[in-house]
Amino acid sequence: MSLVALLTFIGVCALATFATRVLPFVALSRHADHPLILHLGRYLPPAVMMILVIYALRDFRPLAEGRLNVAADGWPMLIAALTVVGLHLWRRHALLSIIGGTGLYMAMIQVGWMP
Amino acid sequence: MPHRRVWQEAFGATLPVMFGYLPLGAAFGILAIEVGVPVWGALLMSLVIYAGAGQFLAVALLGAGAGLAEVAVATLMLNSRHLFYGLSLLKRFEGAGWRKPYLIFALTDETYSLLTGQAGEARQDHALAFRVSLLNQAWWVLGSLAGALAGATLTFDSRGIEFALTALFIVLTLEQARRLRRALPFVIALATGLGALALLPERHLLLGAIGAASLVLLAHYRSVTPRREGTA
Repeated sequence: MSLVALLTFIGVCALATFATRVLPFVALSRHADHPLILHLGRYLPPAVMMILVIYALRDFRPLAEGRLNVAADGWPMLIAALTVVGLHLWRRHALLSIIGGTGLYMAMIQVGWMP
Repeated sequence: MPHRRVWQEAFGATLPVMFGYLPLGAAFGILAIEVGVPVWGALLMSLVIYAGAGQFLAVALLGAGAGLAEVAVATLMLNSRHLFYGLSLLKRFEGAGWRKPYLIFALTDETYSLLTGQAGEARQDHALAFRVSLLNQAWWVLGSLAGALAGATLTFDSRGIEFALTALFIVLTLEQARRLRRALPFVIALATGLGALALLPERHLLLGAIGAASLVLLAHYRSVTPRREGTA
């Protein structure tokens, strides 16, 4: 691949990505105080966060197609996720919850443990 | 707040993202080299594109020899969820001045999570938001560079470390729930998230779920405003 072709390719990707990020700010900058925008600003972030959690855990699908088939890392993922929830409700220390759950997940994945 | 304190707070907030971005960035770097992108190309992509899933897609399209129009459409589709992120940050980024263009450019899933979660949202702290965004990209760029340079010769067994991002999303969801104390957005997210999981192919999952959640919130807004006006 030539230098120009690669640079063009990267440029197109960069512009397309930035376009999706900047569009609301350009199109709606005068309406930042509109009650609908405030409504979305209040309720959309928690909804998105919850959706990202569901998305991140999508490999855990018990009973999919009528049987207990989960992806290779399905159970460790769910157990680690519940550990994060438990740790966070208990101590409410973000870094502790994240490191605890991630450490447990890494241990389960690397040892190859599977219930 | 003195600069050092702001940096410290930003660093602490981005630590979980660091654990996710370094290995994911490295995975991207390795993949880019495999497809034939030079090291500087991989580095440039992480500097000017800066989108996790977007860059993996770009490398795949590059490997498949896709045309520029295809690349543009695929990237727009994949990243269109960012439209909704911007909607909910219009107010937050107001008055950010010279930092605003970068804050918008660097708006990844993880940065959005931090900015709407803990990192100084209440006080509209643009200096902190800017540092959080900058550090997050630094982790991503460093990871890409390490991956591109070292290839598969990592000595530390880091398998599974990307779970840090999942854990971060869980913690931020709990924090949002604690602050908001309303079930509405979580019920909507469960319905649209699980619905998308059941109905949509994986590549449209996030956009479908977030788009649907925005529409439901719009409908909810329509249904509550007349009453508000009536009582005012």
